[in-house]
Amino acid sequence: MNTQTDERLFDLTRDDDQRMNQATMQRFAANEIRVVAKDADEAGVTPKGFYSKTAELGLTLLPIPEALGGAGMARSPVSNALNAEDLAWGDMALSLGALTPQAFVNTLLDQGSDAQRERFLPRFCEGTFVSATTALMEPRATFDPMEPQCTSNAIDGCYRLNGSKCMVPLGESAELKMVIAQLDEEGPAAFIIEGTPDGMTVKREEHMGLRTLELATLTFDNVQLPAEALLGGRSFDLQRFVNLSRIGLCALAVGCCQGVLDYVTKYVNERVAFGEPISNRQAVAFMVADMATELEAMRLMTWRAASRAEQGLDFHEQAYLAKVACAEHAMKIGTDGVQLLGGHGFCREHPVESWYRNLRAIAIMDGVASV
Amino acid sequence: MIQLEISDKHQETYNNARMLAEHMMRPYSRKYDKAEHQYPKEMEEVAKLMAGSRNTSSKGKKPESASAAVKNSNNMGAVIGMQALAWGDLGLFMAFPGSGLGNAAINSVGTPEQRKKYANAYAAMCITEPGTGSDSANISTTAVREGDQWVINGEKIYVSDGERCDTLVVWATLDKSLGKAAIKSFIVEKGTPGCEVTRLEHKMGIRASDTAAISFNDCRVPLSNILGSPEIATDEEGRKKAFGGVMQTFDNTRPAVAAMAVGIARAALDMAREILAEEDIQLNFEKKPSNTSAIEAELYRMESEWEGARLLTLKAAWMADNGQANSKEASMCKAKAGRMGNYVTLRCVELCQSLGYSEAHLLEKFARDSKIVDIFEGTQQIQQLIVARQVLGKSSSELK
Repeated sequence: MNTQTDERLFDLTRDDDQRMNQATMQRFAANEIRVVAKDADEAGVTPKGFYSKTAELGLTLLPIPEALGGAGMARSPVSNALNAEDLAWGDMALSLGALTPQAFVNTLLDQGSDAQRERFLPRFCEGTFVSATTALMEPRATFDPMEPQCTSNAIDGCYRLNGSKCMVPLGESAELKMVIAQLDEEGPAAFIIEGTPDGMTVKREEHMGLRTLELATLTFDNVQLPAEALLGGRSFDLQRFVNLSRIGLCALAVGCCQGVLDYVTKYVNERVAFGEPISNRQAVAFMVADMATELEAMRLMTWRAASRAEQGLDFHEQAYLAKVACAEHAMKIGTDGVQLLGGHGFCREHPVESWYRNLRAIAIMDGVASV
Repeated sequence: MIQLEISDKHQETYNNARMLAEHMMRPYSRKYDKAEHQYPKEMEEVAKLMAGSRNTSSKGKKPESASAAVKNSNNMGAVIGMQALAWGDLGLFMAFPGSGLGNAAINSVGTPEQRKKYANAYAAMCITEPGTGSDSANISTTAVREGDQWVINGEKIYVSDGERCDTLVVWATLDKSLGKAAIKSFIVEKGTPGCEVTRLEHKMGIRASDTAAISFNDCRVPLSNILGSPEIATDEEGRKKAFGGVMQTFDNTRPAVAAMAVGIARAALDMAREILAEEDIQLNFEKKPSNTSAIEAELYRMESEWEGARLLTLKAAWMADNGQANSKEASMCKAKAGRMGNYVTLRCVELCQSLGYSEAHLLEKFARDSKIVDIFEGTQQIQQLIVARQVLGKSSSELK
């Protein structure tokens, strides 16, 4: 082995696979996502066949071991983040929907037991879209991802689940749900729920954005779960799950913001006021400059957290800080995007208003899009 | 491969510089803040040690660049080392003897003869004039050829190291009516008749760094002291190229100045967190900022801004190390780091209340020192202008 190539170097170059993937994802984002996003957002419904098309990207299949029918590639938080970034350029809500089963798979790979992997993963390798999700958020203003109040109690070798989860992506259609709850006095645990057991109700939510994501509230009233539903058969590393989710969310924010920047750059160069393009004015141009600068900082912070996760280094602080940066600057970019288009930005003829509505979710959401 | 940790070698560079900063700079911070314009002789030893460590590390292992495609070399090493030294004290760092901005100019555009002759010079840069700041293409100092000499006339201000240096690089115009293509730079050795330091500025911060006003009255230098060609380009393309060449130095120096902001903001954050920890305020990066106290939320926010600025700075330097054009990224990091450094240092003073404002700690000094970093080597607004032009694809005549 050449020691020189082993030396850890700061590097921002995508490897060959990532470059090829980028081309595929960007094409998909432009040709399959951006073009349907507006109608889908207005209808609040994902277009028929959309998720089946995303299944052709093989996102869930790649990291699953060959023995279970997958491609057996090592799960790569960096590549996952890059994919999320490139897809979200097309539309954040549709992309998050497409990536939600992957988040389920990633978490199962990360913290599940062999028996659970063998039981649930093969169905993700058949080239069809399997709706599966993760559920962490709860409906209160001071919700904190590290302090879920949903409870589970071990009773006679089974578990009884109570409480409610909200903003669950694909909440209505998901055949597999990973639900995070406190387990007795032991701390957080995750449960895999198949279908809709007795005592569980699903209610579709309507939000200001992410309207195609089928966000739903799941309510659990003494829901009985078998012993094997407990993920990994032990307590759940909630912090790790939250951190990996934050990387995914940040990557989605970066992609969406890149969409905003590209769109407004073209617009302000073409829009004429006072006899010249409005981008000839510093008041406009400086907003664009700040957007580009903050976006790049968001991207680098997201990549660093992902890269540390991939290398097995501690990435807790990096994921946290990336989320802090994206929570603030993604929304700023979203609101400036509308501002730069003026009244046109406020009207639905342009997509910036939908990006504004979607980006508001970045600061709020946790526990989805785990890489 | 995407990997954003710095190399072990650069981490060592940082650790060593940080050690010097802590033990050989910090103890003198207040002394030279009070004794403005006094020469900080203690820094000679620090500068020597830094130069020494640079030499041994370059002599040691072969640079990684030898075979690997990706390089982490001098530009990255410089911004990483500078972060640590600026953490120690920005004013004292700028007062390090032996190297000024003029050296960067001579090294980047000088002929081999000039580079050799001035290899050991301590060269300062004279650009700004009383009537010309950010619009550096508008300078009025003149250079006129008389026989085998250039005759320089004019007044320069804000010359960092202007008094302590031994050599000056002076921007002057050969013919103001010909615009920026006629701007050239000249090497003037201190002591040349007609060149005189007329004043030292009294400043809000970085008081250890000397900032001089220098006048040139019929100051004569040999013809060979011009940096670059004496020809004035006549076509548009040539004119652009000529001035662009002078401005290019900034692509290398801006990440370095951004690194200063990163270093000083780190100093403020470290100190503020230390002070606040004594009052039981600590960060664990767990609760969402909106579920924490206002003071914790603000600390998280500042840590996040700091990290963003640091990574942008590394990126710009990394691009330079790998031969990529980085004009946009150099300005991005300077813009972000400049405003971050100023914001963070001022907020740290505010968060620590009387302890921050008091001269009993250095937080108030960091807050004074940081302001200049958002101004020199191109103000915040100049950086925004450059980034905007690049993102929007605008010329300087379209986006003024």
